[in-house]
Formats: sequence, C-alpha cells, structure tokens
Amino acid sequence: MSDWFWIIPFFPLAGFLVLGLVGRRLPVAAVSLTACGSVALSFVTALFSWQALLRQPDEARFFSQRLFTWIAAGNFQADFSFGLNPLSMVMVLVITGVGLLIHIYSTGYMHGDPGYPRFFAYLNLFLFAMLTLVMAENYLLLFVGWEGVGLCSYLLIGFWFEKPAAASAGKKAFLVNRIGDAAFLLGLFLLFYQFGTLDFRGIEHALHSEPLHFPVETGQIGTLTLTALLLFVGAVGKSAQIPLYVWLPDAMEGPTPVSALIHAATMVTAGIYLVVRSSALFTRAPLAMETVAVVGMLTAVFAATIGLVQRDIKRVLAYSTVSQLGYMFAAVGVGAFVGGMFHLVTHAFFKALLFLGAGSVIHGLHGEQDLFHMGNLRKQMPRTFAVMLVGMLAIAGVPGLSGFFSKDEILWKLFSSGHTWLWIAGLAGAAMTAFYTARLILLAFGSRPHGEEAHGHAAHESPAVMVVPLVILALLSIAAGWIGLPAWLGTNHLEEFLSPALAVHAEGAHGAGSHSTEIAAAALSSGIALLGIGAALLFYFYRRLDPDALAGRFPFLYRLLRNKYWVDELYRGVFVQPCLWISRRVFWLYWDQEVIDGLVNGTGRILAGAGNILRRLQSGSVRDYAAWLCAGALTVLLYLLIV
Amino acid sequence: MKIPYLLALLTYLPAAGGILVLLVNGAQEKVIRWFAFLLSAAVFVLSLLLVASYPLPAAGYVLEETLGWLQVPQLGITHHMGVDGVNLFLVLLTTFLTPIAILSSFTAVHRKVQSYYALLLFLETGMLGVFLALDLVLFYLFWEVTLVPMYLLIGIWGGERRIYAAVKFILYTMVGSLLMLVAILYLHLQTGTGSFDLLRIAGQLSSGAAALTRTQELWLFLAFFVAFAIKVPLFPFHTWLPDAHVEAPTAGSILLAGVLLKMGAYGILRFCLPLFPHASTAFAPLISLLAVIGIIYGALVALVQTDMKKLIAYSSVSHLGFVVLGIFSFSLQGLQGASYQMLNHGISTGALFLIVGILYERRHTRRIEEFGGIARSMPHYAAATLIIALSSIGLPGLNGFVGEFLILLGSFAKNSALTAVAVTGVFFSAAYLLWMYQRVYFGPLTRDENRQLADLDRREWACLIPLILMAVWMGIYSQPFLQRMEGASRNILHPIQSNQLVAREASPDFRPAASPKPAAGESRIAPEPRSFPHE
Repeated sequence: MSDWFWIIPFFPLAGFLVLGLVGRRLPVAAVSLTACGSVALSFVTALFSWQALLRQPDEARFFSQRLFTWIAAGNFQADFSFGLNPLSMVMVLVITGVGLLIHIYSTGYMHGDPGYPRFFAYLNLFLFAMLTLVMAENYLLLFVGWEGVGLCSYLLIGFWFEKPAAASAGKKAFLVNRIGDAAFLLGLFLLFYQFGTLDFRGIEHALHSEPLHFPVETGQIGTLTLTALLLFVGAVGKSAQIPLYVWLPDAMEGPTPVSALIHAATMVTAGIYLVVRSSALFTRAPLAMETVAVVGMLTAVFAATIGLVQRDIKRVLAYSTVSQLGYMFAAVGVGAFVGGMFHLVTHAFFKALLFLGAGSVIHGLHGEQDLFHMGNLRKQMPRTFAVMLVGMLAIAGVPGLSGFFSKDEILWKLFSSGHTWLWIAGLAGAAMTAFYTARLILLAFGSRPHGEEAHGHAAHESPAVMVVPLVILALLSIAAGWIGLPAWLGTNHLEEFLSPALAVHAEGAHGAGSHSTEIAAAALSSGIALLGIGAALLFYFYRRLDPDALAGRFPFLYRLLRNKYWVDELYRGVFVQPCLWISRRVFWLYWDQEVIDGLVNGTGRILAGAGNILRRLQSGSVRDYAAWLCAGALTVLLYLLIV
Repeated sequence: MKIPYLLALLTYLPAAGGILVLLVNGAQEKVIRWFAFLLSAAVFVLSLLLVASYPLPAAGYVLEETLGWLQVPQLGITHHMGVDGVNLFLVLLTTFLTPIAILSSFTAVHRKVQSYYALLLFLETGMLGVFLALDLVLFYLFWEVTLVPMYLLIGIWGGERRIYAAVKFILYTMVGSLLMLVAILYLHLQTGTGSFDLLRIAGQLSSGAAALTRTQELWLFLAFFVAFAIKVPLFPFHTWLPDAHVEAPTAGSILLAGVLLKMGAYGILRFCLPLFPHASTAFAPLISLLAVIGIIYGALVALVQTDMKKLIAYSSVSHLGFVVLGIFSFSLQGLQGASYQMLNHGISTGALFLIVGILYERRHTRRIEEFGGIARSMPHYAAATLIIALSSIGLPGLNGFVGEFLILLGSFAKNSALTAVAVTGVFFSAAYLLWMYQRVYFGPLTRDENRQLADLDRREWACLIPLILMAVWMGIYSQPFLQRMEGASRNILHPIQSNQLVAREASPDFRPAASPKPAAGESRIAPEPRSFPHE
C-alpha cells in the first residue's frame, strides 16, 4: 500500500470525469454508484494506507511518491508529488470518511434534482482537490488543491445558479478567497527565496538543521514572520476568519450537503491544516503565532455573538462554524497544534452532523429554513431530532462527548500557555456556543409558545439513506473524544500519532498546570457549557425569559447583531462601490476616452488629409483592395529580385 | 523528415493559398472556406515538424535558412529566418489559431467571402514572417504586411464604428512602426556591418566590434520599444485595442488578441533586449511600473465594461502587462513565464473571443445586460466558457497559472513591492470574469430570446475543444514547452546579466561577427548541419 497510496485522490477524479462527460446520459443509479463508489474506494485505500503507516516506526511514518515534474524554470522546480504523513493521514481519513457519508446522504437529499449528475460531478471534483491539498508534497501543489476546492466551492454554492442569491454568493466566496490567495502567493515567493524550494520536507529540514541560519524571530517583523503572516492571510480567507469571513454565511445558499462537507467539515479547515503543516515555520515566528491566536479568538467570539440572533437555521450553523474555526486557530496560535487538529476532527463530525440534520429538517419541511417557522418537529422527525440533539450536546461541550474533550483541550492550552485573556474569551464563546445551538434545537424541535402556532408544514422524516449517515456521524460525535483524552484521564492517541509530523514534539510539556488545575478548568468549562444550555432553556423552553423583551431593552445591540455588525455594508461602501466608481468614471470614461483618445483623435484630425486618402481607398470593392495588396506585394518582390 | 526551405514554405504557403482563393472565379462559398481551412490546417501540421526537429537541450537557433535568390546583397538585406526557443511556440500558436479562426467564420461571414479568407491567409503569412525573420528589414516588411489584412478585416467586416476603429488601429501602429523603421536604418548605418542581419548586428555589438554611445542606445531602444509597446499594448498606449476588438469580426479578434499582440512582446524579446542591454536595464524600472499599472488598470476598466468584447479586450491589457513585467524582470523565471504567458493568452483570450462570437452570432448583441441565465439554455457552452475563463483567471491546473506564477516569482526577486501590487491582479482578473459570468450565464432566464438559444454545434465544438485541451495540457504538464524555451531565454538574458559587454569573446548567445554565416541557399539544422543541394 505504501506504493499505491497516491491513488487516493484519483478515484474521485475518475468519478468526476465520468460524471462530467457522460453523467447526463447515465441512469440515476449509475450516477449514485459512480459518485459514492469512487469515494468509497478512496476511503478503503486510505484505511489500508493508514495501517501501512502504523506499521512503520515512528520516525519513518512517511510515504512519498513523485509522479512528474509540473513546472521547472531555472533553479525553480515543483513536482506533482503526493505524500502521506500522520498529519495528512488524519486529514485524508476525515475527508474520505465524512465525504463518503455525505455522498451517501446526498443521494437522498438531491434525489429528483435535474442537476443530479452535475452535483455529484462537482462533489467528486471537490474531493479530488481536497485530497490533493492535503497530500501535496510541496506548497505549490497544495495551492492547486487550495484553488481547486475554492472552485468547487464556487460551483456548489452557485449550484442552483438560477437563484440570483446563490450565483452571487458563489462569486463572493471565490473573490474573497482570492484576496487570501494573493497573499498566499507572496508567501510562496518569500519561501522560495529563503529556502530555494517549496517542498515541505526541504523547508522543514532547513528550519530544523540550520538554527543559525533561521533564528527565532521576535519583536520586529523579520522575513520568516512576514512569510508566516502572508500564509496566514491565505488561511484567513479559506477558513473564514476576520476580516475575510464574510463569504461563509452567504455560502449557505448552496445545497445543504455542500455546507456540511465543504463549509464545515473539510475545505474551511484547510487553513488550519496549512498552519499546522507549516508548524516548523510558525514556531520560528512567535509574532505570527500570536497573531494567529488573537485573530482566531476574536473571530470565535465575534461570530458567536452573531450566531445568537440569526433566524435562518443554516446561518446559525455557518456562524458557528466560523466561530469554531476561530477556536482551532487560537489553539494552533498558542502552539497547541494537536489540540487544533483534535478539534478539527471532532468538529468535522458534529458540525457535519448538525448541517446534515438541518438539511433533513429543511428537506422534511420542503425548503423552510426560518427557525421561527419551525417547531414541534420532535414528534414528526424523531430520528433527526435525536441525532441533532447529540450534535448539539457535542458542540456545546457537555462532558463525555467529543466536543468536550477537544474544546477543553484548547481552552486548557490557552490557559496553561499563559494566554489568560484568550482563555476568558474562549470561555465566553463557549457559553454562547452552548446557547445558540440549544436555541436552534429548541426552536426547531420544541413546542411553540401559547397562542403561536407551529406552521402547518406536513413534515416527514427523511429516508434511510439520509438517516443512516446521520446516525454514524452521531456515534462518531459521541465517541471521537476518546482519541485525544487529556493526560488526567488516559492517553492522547492523537498526540502520539501526530507528534512526528509536528515541530513542537512535547507540546509545551503540559508546563504550567498540574492535573488538578486541569481538572478544575475542565469542570469550569463544562459548567459554562451547561450554563449556556440552561439560559437557552429559560428563553425557549420554560419561557421564563422573553427574548423579545431582552432585545427591546438593548435595541442597538440587538440591531447590531441582527445586522451582523453591518460588515457587508461596510465592505460594499468602502471597497466595492468606490472601486467601481473610480474604474468607470476616472479610468475608463475620463482617462481612456477623454485624455488618451482625445490626443489620438486630435492627431487624427491633423492628419485629415491622410484620412481623406484612406477614405478614397475604401471604394468598397474588395477587388480593389486585393489589387492594391497584390500590387504592393509584387512591387516588393520585384524590387528584391531585380536589384 | 527534413523539408528544404521549411521556414519559407511555412511562411508563404498561406499567402499562396490566399492568392489562389482570389484568382478563382465563381467558386462556391463552401469550397472556398473549406479550402482555406484545410490549407491552414496543413500549415499547422507542417509547423509541427519544427518541434519534431527540435533537439533538447538546445540553446541557439536550431533551424536557420537563407533564401539566396531573394535578397539584396547591395543593401545588406537577406531573407534570413530562424527558429529558436523564443519563437518556436509563437509560430505554432499562429498556425494553431489560424485554422480555428477560419473555422469560426464559416457561418459568420457571407459577404465577400473570397477576399475574407484570402486576407486571413495573407495575415497568417505576415504573422509567421514576423516571428521567423532574422533580418531587420525583412522583419519590418512582415510587420507592415500584417497591418493591411487586419485593417481591411476590421474596416470591411467590422461592426458599426469599423472605420474609426480601423483608422485608429492603423494610425497607432504606423506611428510606432515609423519610429522603428528610422531606428533600423540608423542602427544599420551606425554598426557599419553593411548588413541588416540581426545576428550579425547583435554579434558586432556584443563583441565590441561596433559600439553605440549610451545616448544612441537609449534613443534606439525607445524607438523600437514604442513600436512594440503600442502593439503589446502597454499602458498608456492601449486605447486602440478595445475599439479594434469591438469592431473586428470574430476571427479578426481571435488573431488580433491571440497572435498580433504577441508580436509586440516578441519584438521586445528578440530585438530590444539583445541589441540594447544597457538601455533595457536603464528603462526597466519605468517599464515595469507601466506594466504593473497596466495589470491593475486593465483589470479595473474591464470590470466596468458593458460589452463583453470590450471587457475581454481590456483584460488583454492586464494580461500583457504580466508579460512585460516578466520580460523586464531579467530573470529566467520571469522570461520563461512571459514566453509561456504569451501562449496562454493566445489560447485563453483567443478562446474567449471565439466564445463571445458564438453568442453574437445567435443574438447579435454583446451587451451583458441583454443576457442572464443562459447556462440553462446552453449548458455545454456555459461549461466550455467556464473552463476558458478559469484558464484566463489563472486557476492552478490550467495554463494561465503557470505563466503568471513564473512571472511573479521572477519579478519578485527584482522588485518585491511592485510584484506585491501586481499580485492583486489575480484578484481583479477573477472579479471581472466571474462577475461577467454571473450576469450572463447565471440568474433566471428573463428574456424570451435567450430561452431559445441553441447550444454548441459540432463545428463550434471543433473550434473549442483544441483550445480547452491545450489549456489543460499546458496547465498540468508544462515541461515540453518550458524546456524548449529555456536555452533561448538564457541567451537573451546573458548580455543583460553580464556587466562586461565589451571585449567579451565567443559568447554562447550570439555568434561573433567572424563566425561563418550559413551560405545562401542553405538550410542548417542543429546539431548536425545538413545542407541541401541548390536547385
């Protein structure tokens, strides 16, 4: 398997080619089989590769396969070469595993859509790009995957392209990501001119073996710090952090399985993967690390506040995703690379679960997405309710479920590394997370208040093909925490597995705190999670508190949150409109058409005589033109021959 | 297979066909267009021989030939042509795009068919001659020869404002080429070799046998450069381009964007850098700045266009800015990237004009607001457009990225701040194309006319598929191209990078004046010279 692991991305590529070229002529069953089968093959290959990787000794857990040279010019070279190390292995397992479940779910969700083959073609293409991203052996090939997933995101957000909002959201996602990509490219140039290569291993080797050449940079911005920051800007775009998060909420215009796969479980975590993969670089640039941590935590809290008041079920989850990604960045920013990856994995399970559950609700309600038009679904969709409840408890961080362990590890690392303010912010964010997810569940599934009727939707439970993946994800959301138990409870398998691939091996050696402090911190954060859930119960279940009254007491704050801090309006007013105005009025209409063309036309009028001659030549008879042409050519030819 | 006088044959075959087309009386339209298409396709196949006979690695001219009976020894003019890594693929691009342009006209042009196809074939001869000529006068002649067919194509088969556009096109270009003519004559007199042969003059200059003062060099450089910059077009010499494109028939636009613009960048590579290395270095900061302004400016103005063709025309200003930036980075990556980007632009922008032409034939409008939702009525067409647009945007995995990346990589080493500004071009290029795509292809089908649009037919597919395949191939497997460009790019860089221009002997890039030139009537194919018997 160590020779064949590189084939993992190519199954979905084959699927894409088949579906893209002849999908419209295939029967539905064949389309589903091609789409799911290709991903299943990838997943099985990934499992075998994982076993093969485990059989290697720790320091040799590394597969690499160079396929061919992609670009080479002078001393620059980038290959199509794929590799697996523990870090990319984890990503591959999540991508193919969750990807497979979501493919299966989609065969139910998208059933009957006229664009069925097109949908799965895009979905397969996405998996190919995503697997290329995580299996690339150099930054440039990673960038191929990086842009590839962006393209698929664009295509899938705008899948229902006849909806103007969907088409617009897809374009917005692509463009906002391009801002990050521009910075990413500059980061690549800096990497190349410092290290002479874009290969991960070459760069890591240089950073590890030449301490004098690349000392740790502190204080002022050195080249390494600048490089790390530029790469991080790329990550900010892809992983929807402040200030480039604005595309992700709009991306909810896409079909819900897309939101689950791309905008929750996999693509948006590429930024975290990038930073962790570059851990050797980032740990040499503490200033960049601090930036990552602060931006991450700011985003985590900021997005959580918006999530509190959203009415659209998918938008709540979208802001929640932005927020959770912020937690992951905060973790890697303080050096807790394993913690960040741990949360990435568990989040992939429970957020995919929540999205797919929301999709099941929307499917059952024939497209209704407004939480305030839902209610009482508990009886109509009992299985969806059960799994959504699991997802909610997991993300809220209720002890025993996966989200508890991963979020707690992040909070603990924030605390123990001395980032007390970030830790406090993280706790506040955790409370809000628990609140808005509980609110979502209560509004959708709980009973309506007196005097208000649940909309008379004839809701129906989703078919088995949709429910089974939900159940599997629910089980994973419960159990996945056990791969990364805290030291006071057991072994952190994930840390053991990932360590060889990371720059910081001992991971701070659990320095600052003892087990008892860690337990106390865990108790505190669980308490806070329960507090959030409790508050939601008071508002939306026991109805002791009235949310509208609260909104009435703080009207500005409420409007601020409801309108998402007016950030979209701000960007539009400050960047988009002025840019268009200047381009049109100043550049095009004034400079091009008046200044330059004015000069040209003026010259033309001076040469009016010449113009007259030209006009006379334009007799309209092509024979004449041809004669002129031939005469000219013959003259030249004769001249050459005779003289 | 070795064909004697291959380069001359390639160059003049289209024109010969063109004359034939004009001479035939009363031929059916169908016969004429098929003849033109098949002839240009045959020229393409013939041009593939150039690649087949191209040894790797190769540094200098792998194929050179002089037509003995077509020269003016008294004036020092020779019919000297050659192929190296710089022009090899531009020749191929020309022979590749011409049949596509001809095929795209089958249903679009029904007026004066004979002249139309004859002019396209004459144009091909002119373009090939420009790329292949190694004699300054010969180059100049071909340079002017391309003007006439393009002028007539715009002026006769163009849109409403075709006369204005054609005259503007001619005026702009004539100003530049007059300057160039003066510079050629001056250079000829100044070097005193009695020859207009590029290699001989360059050899004289680099070996020190002839010298220019700094002032002379600067002025000569400027005269050549302005001619080329107008053709590129470099900001601020670009305003002829949108008008010419909007009015030109589709085939004219394809060749104008695909090939004619490359003549400017090619001229800079072939003449400005090797002949005037000091001046090139001196002007590089200014030119790079103009190039970056062009990148951003072209993209921003493209953003606000309402006519699809004009939008693509302005995008050319942006893309060609990248090419010039790469050339004046004086780095191997930059130069190779620029050469690559010329091909990319030929393919993707040629294809974009083709695509707009396909829609124009159906709806007789190119205004963006007239459309919306046509991805529903023309799904295949929408898919093809998307692939081409992504290639133009520079999505990794398609051709545009390879060129842009190498250009920016090369230019970053020289001027990182300026490059950082240029990198924002990757954002704006996505902005104008995707926004156009959204408005034309996405959204609801609001107009009845757009509901009935027919999807691509077989002929249109035949035009698009080769372009799409090239975009994918060049995006994934660039080595066959880059390897062949590398040696020649090194040669161009050599005089720039070496500070000691004088008293340098036996440089690998230019043969010293003393070295034997290929005798008249002899074709030479490196590495094993082989001569052909005289007639």
